[in-house]
Amino acid sequence: MIRLEKRPVPSKLWTYLTPIAAVVATMVAGGILFAFLGKDPVEVIRIIFWDPLFHPDFSAYSRPQLLVKAGPLILIAIGLSLGFRAGIWNIGAEGQYIIGAICGAAVGLAFYPMDAWFIFPLMIIAGAIGGLLWAMIPALLKTRFGTNEILVSLMLVYVASNQLASVSQGLLRNPDGMGFPGSRNFQQYPAAYNAELIAGTGMHWGVLTAFLAVIAAYILLNRHILGFQIRLTGESPRAARFSGVRPKLLILFCMGVSGAAAGLAGIFEVSGPSGQINISFNAGYGFTAIIVAFLGRLHPVGILLAGLLLALTYIGGELAQLMLGLPAAAIQVFQGMLLFFLLAMDVFTNYRIRIGSPEAA
Amino acid sequence: MTKDGTEGEPKVPDQTLLSVNGLTKAYPGVVANNNVSFSIKPGEVHALLGENGAGKSTLVKMIYGLVRPDSGDMALNGAPYTPSEPRAARASGVAMVFQHFSLFDALSVAENIALGMENPPKQNVLSAQIREVSETYGLPLDPERLVGELSAGERQRVEIIRCLLQNPKILIMDEPTSVLTPQEVEILFETLRKLSAEGTAILYISHKLDEIRALCDSATILRLGEVVDICNPHEKTARELAEMMVGQTLHTPSRKPHKQEGVVLQVSDLSMRSATAFGTSLKDISFSVHAGEVLGIGGVAGNGQDELLAAISGETSPDAGTVTVHGTPVQHLGPNQRRKLAILTAPEERLGHAAAPDMSLIENALMTGAIRENLTNRGFLKWGAAKTFAEKIIANFDVRTPSPNNAARALSGGNLQKFVVGREILQRPDVLVVNQPTWGVDAAAAADIRQALLDLAAQGSAVIAISQDLDELMEISDNFSALNEGRLTAPRSVQGLTVDEIGLMMGGAHGMEAAHV
Repeated sequence: MIRLEKRPVPSKLWTYLTPIAAVVATMVAGGILFAFLGKDPVEVIRIIFWDPLFHPDFSAYSRPQLLVKAGPLILIAIGLSLGFRAGIWNIGAEGQYIIGAICGAAVGLAFYPMDAWFIFPLMIIAGAIGGLLWAMIPALLKTRFGTNEILVSLMLVYVASNQLASVSQGLLRNPDGMGFPGSRNFQQYPAAYNAELIAGTGMHWGVLTAFLAVIAAYILLNRHILGFQIRLTGESPRAARFSGVRPKLLILFCMGVSGAAAGLAGIFEVSGPSGQINISFNAGYGFTAIIVAFLGRLHPVGILLAGLLLALTYIGGELAQLMLGLPAAAIQVFQGMLLFFLLAMDVFTNYRIRIGSPEAA
Repeated sequence: MTKDGTEGEPKVPDQTLLSVNGLTKAYPGVVANNNVSFSIKPGEVHALLGENGAGKSTLVKMIYGLVRPDSGDMALNGAPYTPSEPRAARASGVAMVFQHFSLFDALSVAENIALGMENPPKQNVLSAQIREVSETYGLPLDPERLVGELSAGERQRVEIIRCLLQNPKILIMDEPTSVLTPQEVEILFETLRKLSAEGTAILYISHKLDEIRALCDSATILRLGEVVDICNPHEKTARELAEMMVGQTLHTPSRKPHKQEGVVLQVSDLSMRSATAFGTSLKDISFSVHAGEVLGIGGVAGNGQDELLAAISGETSPDAGTVTVHGTPVQHLGPNQRRKLAILTAPEERLGHAAAPDMSLIENALMTGAIRENLTNRGFLKWGAAKTFAEKIIANFDVRTPSPNNAARALSGGNLQKFVVGREILQRPDVLVVNQPTWGVDAAAAADIRQALLDLAAQGSAVIAISQDLDELMEISDNFSALNEGRLTAPRSVQGLTVDEIGLMMGGAHGMEAAHV
């Protein structure tokens, strides 16, 4: 008989081991899935995890993509992780990402074709504020009326994606676009373009911001009373209130920060790699960032590594679509499995497995 | 003195109901029971006496089939007895009333009892049975009432009746009086004596020596998992029993002579509606505490103790009334602003309220000490200073822990309590409120905590001790008051207060009229 026995103290070893074990388990289960799809599992896994970085032909193209994809994932996940640490569940980063992109892009397009140094910074600020305000909707509803932030923030994603469809066909549509949906492309508007900082690396302002966010979050959580209050609230809300934390303020802060981070990721993406507002602008970063946050154990450094890994699955997944004709959904299943295995493996952090009859040990 | 309880008692085997021979149970790092032997005759009231961690709980868990012994054996009525689970124990006639009740607030008494039975009869049949048992044993209880509306004493009766419906041969009671008023204790003892007269053996776990001396025919005293003595408690003084239990001479807290000066804390007409359905609302509470005074607040659990502490700590703000400290109104201030004014509190629930279970002692020191101990600099944490503060608490209050980096939940209850109380005392409070200062703490540590509270008062602080342990309150308090359904009685001087008066202040016995028709 196999039993689970609660550990007196959560295992430190397993805290670090579970993400790795989850990645391995995902590769195995994913391999089985790909085998059912009639592909050679070893080849698919190699194409996803190895070829983007080391293949002699494509790696020159796909390596910079790693930072391009990881930047928004890390930035959003860092914002989310603060709330998650405190038990505040913002699931709607995808919506905040879209609204941030729309607001920032709108500011940039309003100045077209003027050339001034302040346009790009203004766009960034507008993007952050857009995401922040979108996140304030579930935050205020929760603090005023006690609504569930998970449901409200998630529903607002669909509102936001309808907004995206609407503005790309209406308000922000390119007047010179011959009626096609989609805004002007920022690549053709240098004053508002988020260009690569070092050519050929994929490093743009958004990636830099993501790295700075990692450092800031680390300092906040480990060196500042506010980070301490966030951790304390997640550990034990009652103890937090006793220690003087004001729960409503903390909800507003965590939702606000995660919304602003998602909004920043949105504006950096639309003004850079994506280039324009259009219907298919959002690529699910806001949802994948949830996986990144948990895979990184809600720890800033862990999120940095997890963001890079998930970025790899994005690029590798595209490559697998291209080379082997794998369906696009297969890679989403793959990412989903990663979160599933991670949460399942977390059992080992708090429990140990005993084989044998009860009390025999 | 022999370890083998059956030896030396010239009884024929069939007169022994339950015998326990050489039970040993080890957990990683600790031997909870080492070669424990004793026996119980039918109708005997047998006490298991020992400090926290002496192994009482493990022993009864083995008897009740919750834990399997590593070695040793038990016999019931002369036949080998090896319960593999509580159901088997109940089938053999062993029943247990736990210290913490397992009842559903939203269900009626009869429904709760039916949930604990293997084959519950129909509700109306069961209700009739409950009424019959409750009348026979003087345990007044209405089967149709919701458990959420019952007092702690009444809830305990639900658990006892649940056991009695199974006609047990042995009834195990774990710390049964900790939630009762003195009058309710008397009702319980009458019931237990009646059961004993009918031949039901009772295994009575407690650390309250006077109760054991009043009720029990024999006592097995455990210390660090071993039987140190089996004696007749009537022939021993409470002090002798305590010293056997602790294994050392006990230190009684002493008070330095001090005088009470001006009023420090003044609470006037404080009312606060409960936030939850099963909480207690505070009603028109007024009292004042002087510098150097210890005010003891008694009362059965759940009569507003948590709420009163929260109203003074600043976790909740009252609907009406004022709280002033040195004349400054503070009722609208939050916990940290009150800490600045030297109002400190130590809540009852250690893990999850007074301390964060998975955080280190350093972080837990920071939790309430950040302001008064100056542990932050423009919001940035001074980890070094926090560690020094944690180490100071650990050293001054004899907290046993390998390091201040250990998680709070790795500490024993008594050690964590010393840490929590010490953390507040070291911050030099003008007003200190402690809820259940020595709950679950061993006798030596409890004496230390009481002494620390007395010393704090002697230095001119106003101390409020909220406790269910009346002996403790009589020992340390200058004045006594009791909480009953959210109301506080007017404080009275402890000098000359009788047990009957205290019981009446605590609200007497719930449903006592029905018991003595």
